[in-house]
Amino acid sequence: MALSMCRYVWWLSLSFPLHQFLPTLPARRLFPRPFPRCFRPPFFFLSPPSSLLYLSQSIFHSLLHLPFSLLSSSPANTPHQKPKGSRKVERDRTMSSAFSAGKFTTQPFPLNTSSPRSHDKPFNIPSATSPFFGSSRKLRLNSSSKLNLHRRSGTVVAVSDVVKEKKSKFAPNLLITKEEGLVLYEDMVLGRAFEDMCAQMYYRGKMFGFVHLYNGQEAVSTGFIKHLKKEDSVVSTYRDHVHALSKGVPARAVMSELFGKTTGCCRGQGGSMHMFSSEHNLLGGFAFIGEGIPVATGAAFTSKYKREVLKEADCDHVTLAFFGDGTCNNGQFFECLNMAALWKLPIVFVVENNLWAIGMSHLRATSDPQIYKKGPAFGMPGIHVDGMDVLKVREVAKEAIGRARRGEGPTLVECETYRFRGHSLADPDELRDPAEKAHYAARDPITALKKYLIENSLASEAELKAIDKKIDEVVEDSVEFADESPLPSRSQLLENVFADPKGFGIGPDGQYRCEDPKFTEGTAHV
Amino acid sequence: MLGIVRQKVLGQSLQKVRPGVSLLRSYSSAAKQMTVREALNSALDEEMSADPKVFLMGEEVGEYQGAYKISKGLLEKYGPERVLDTPITEAGFTGIGVGAAYYGLKPVVEFMTFNFSMQAIDHIINSAAKSNYMSAGQISVPIVFRGPNGAAAGVGAQHSQCYAAWYASCPGLKVLTPYNSEDARGLLKAAIRDPDPVIFLENELLYGESFPVSDEVLDSSFCLPIGKAKIEREGKDVTISAFSKMVGHALKAAEILEKDGIDAEVINLRSIRPLDRSTINTSVRKTNRLITVEEGFPQHGVGAEICASVVEESFGYLDAPVERVAGADVPMPYAANLERMAVPQVEDIVRAAKRACYRSVPLAAAA
Repeated sequence: MALSMCRYVWWLSLSFPLHQFLPTLPARRLFPRPFPRCFRPPFFFLSPPSSLLYLSQSIFHSLLHLPFSLLSSSPANTPHQKPKGSRKVERDRTMSSAFSAGKFTTQPFPLNTSSPRSHDKPFNIPSATSPFFGSSRKLRLNSSSKLNLHRRSGTVVAVSDVVKEKKSKFAPNLLITKEEGLVLYEDMVLGRAFEDMCAQMYYRGKMFGFVHLYNGQEAVSTGFIKHLKKEDSVVSTYRDHVHALSKGVPARAVMSELFGKTTGCCRGQGGSMHMFSSEHNLLGGFAFIGEGIPVATGAAFTSKYKREVLKEADCDHVTLAFFGDGTCNNGQFFECLNMAALWKLPIVFVVENNLWAIGMSHLRATSDPQIYKKGPAFGMPGIHVDGMDVLKVREVAKEAIGRARRGEGPTLVECETYRFRGHSLADPDELRDPAEKAHYAARDPITALKKYLIENSLASEAELKAIDKKIDEVVEDSVEFADESPLPSRSQLLENVFADPKGFGIGPDGQYRCEDPKFTEGTAHV
Repeated sequence: MLGIVRQKVLGQSLQKVRPGVSLLRSYSSAAKQMTVREALNSALDEEMSADPKVFLMGEEVGEYQGAYKISKGLLEKYGPERVLDTPITEAGFTGIGVGAAYYGLKPVVEFMTFNFSMQAIDHIINSAAKSNYMSAGQISVPIVFRGPNGAAAGVGAQHSQCYAAWYASCPGLKVLTPYNSEDARGLLKAAIRDPDPVIFLENELLYGESFPVSDEVLDSSFCLPIGKAKIEREGKDVTISAFSKMVGHALKAAEILEKDGIDAEVINLRSIRPLDRSTINTSVRKTNRLITVEEGFPQHGVGAEICASVVEESFGYLDAPVERVAGADVPMPYAANLERMAVPQVEDIVRAAKRACYRSVPLAAAA
């Protein structure tokens, strides 16, 4: 297994030597193209050997398809291509030959095989019996060229394609049950409808400050968090509403928080970027890049500590740390990958790579844009998954969370996704190419799941409509609830600064200030 | 940097621990003596022993026994799970400590020196100090950040700085500054038991100093209240407020002043946040004169805050302008003579007190 992992990483570096080329390409043209078209994959890559597991396929799959099918030069197959692109192709080809792939036929990833350290602490990458990289049997495509065709024709492709092929031959062997499918669907629709409502409310002045919406990335939140137990923790970023919803925080509490009302999940003291819920083990809402990762690592450390030091044998709690592609250039990311792997902590680092850090393209910001490759560098598996496909995300999440729960250590998962709105509601979003946005809009994860559910007779159109309606009501209700809720009272200003209010010290009269009646009334001078 | 610290540690532990031990032996019948190092070590030991949720993490706290030997023997006693050697990644391990505190543990995070906390200040301020408020009390952060603070000797600007005023300006934090062994024991134990994030500022130059300790202080239940200052020396002519190493300077200055017939009252602040305004103002109302002493920079410093408090609450009682004795408003120089000038000295305090008592003409270029 380790060997095939090596091979897969090696293959990728062989086939997509991006970092060598990126600086030489004109920056503007780079934006909409995660992977320049010149990198036509070598022939063998299009028909992977049967030993290649599902994830390598999904990586290859998304690498191949996410960038507007640019890997194909046939005009008919590149619907989003701009006419002037053809000249570009020529130029890129020249460069391609100048930097031939031979340059990258370096060794297979050395960490897993040759270094003495990897022998000391062998990776716990599950063997074929444990389908960490997805079950190849379950998911392998019959023909990748067929799939390729599929994508090129502009069809929204989700796991449905995979399953359709299965279905034609065997009895349905679906990735999810009807119940699971409906749970996923409902959660994603809730995330979407909630965020759309937030935008409306923001423009109506009901919420304020920075509001970052999650539209487009729902497959990641749902795919991961719906696998968790209540005791497991989630640490999020400033784009945290939907993580909170997925983790079970009621829409009413989140909306009220955004409205700055006392019924909010933090009584209006946190706000959009700082959602906490100790009941749901949502440990924040961190507004700075990379800040949440050490905190998440600390939560994972606690699970281990509880099990090993406090002897709570049943403590198998897992922590998920969500963060974006921009964070992967931040030192705290690397510090925590190191310590999490070193101490084998039960954590999954979930990168929501939406390709853009505000207005900074991931490719302009990162020397090696394949983030998942940073996992093996620290001694943990690094996985790339199509973050627009909730079923694929779910598959990966299941194994990564399972690994953490079994005490096998951390995993880095790069979910390639896209945000359908600007960075925040204050972002004019002028830098992203409309064609890029259209491309990802066509891969809407909710549409894809809907299609999958209906095509596989897991749900009827009417059932899904009923869910849509239910969610609309839930969201409407949350707005009404928030709107009618009272503002925080004056006394709340001085509450919760310290767990022990004696932290406010002793007043001029020699008494603790918190014991002054004015203090609890909120009228004390502080 | 490590090399420097190691040299220092070795030098110090040899020179300063030994006298402490021998004192203990020769004066066993008198009050017991204890170094600040032993006080901190025993406080950590007792709290770890009392509560399995308490653990120590930081650079060199385990196998190296602490860069300044504060955690000596703890690894053997509590094992590597509870005395956790971390890589040199302040932002990372401080955040991990904060995350552990969110989730129910009681971490003691050691910074090899508080200067390195700059690398992790985001987690101290944003992750630790604000979470209880942002989460409306759902997530408290019972964590202690401790380590040597303030000017050491000959280590230049980046390693010589007092962070008391920095951290004391942030709501949600408690900032403690022990002076002697009693403070070190009582305040550290209080800090570990406290449900809020505590900044515990020790002083490297005091680690090896011995102080008398009573039996009460040695009792494992001993704990000092956070937010209460201690009057180290009663007097009636002038109040000198100080914290950490400067308390020693203030006491020496008071002895000198006594010879000149000035009876100085010395307040050991112990806690910078919350600040015991009551004790300070009560004292000022008695002596009508105030000198504040601190190692940190003067602007927006602890002295400035005390001064503001006295002006607000006891303005009518002042018989002389408040004097601030603080570190020079420059990065710490390396050269020994310049360094000495940049740090408050006993004679600076004496001079300031005399000025406040109108006993001498102020020297313009005294500092």
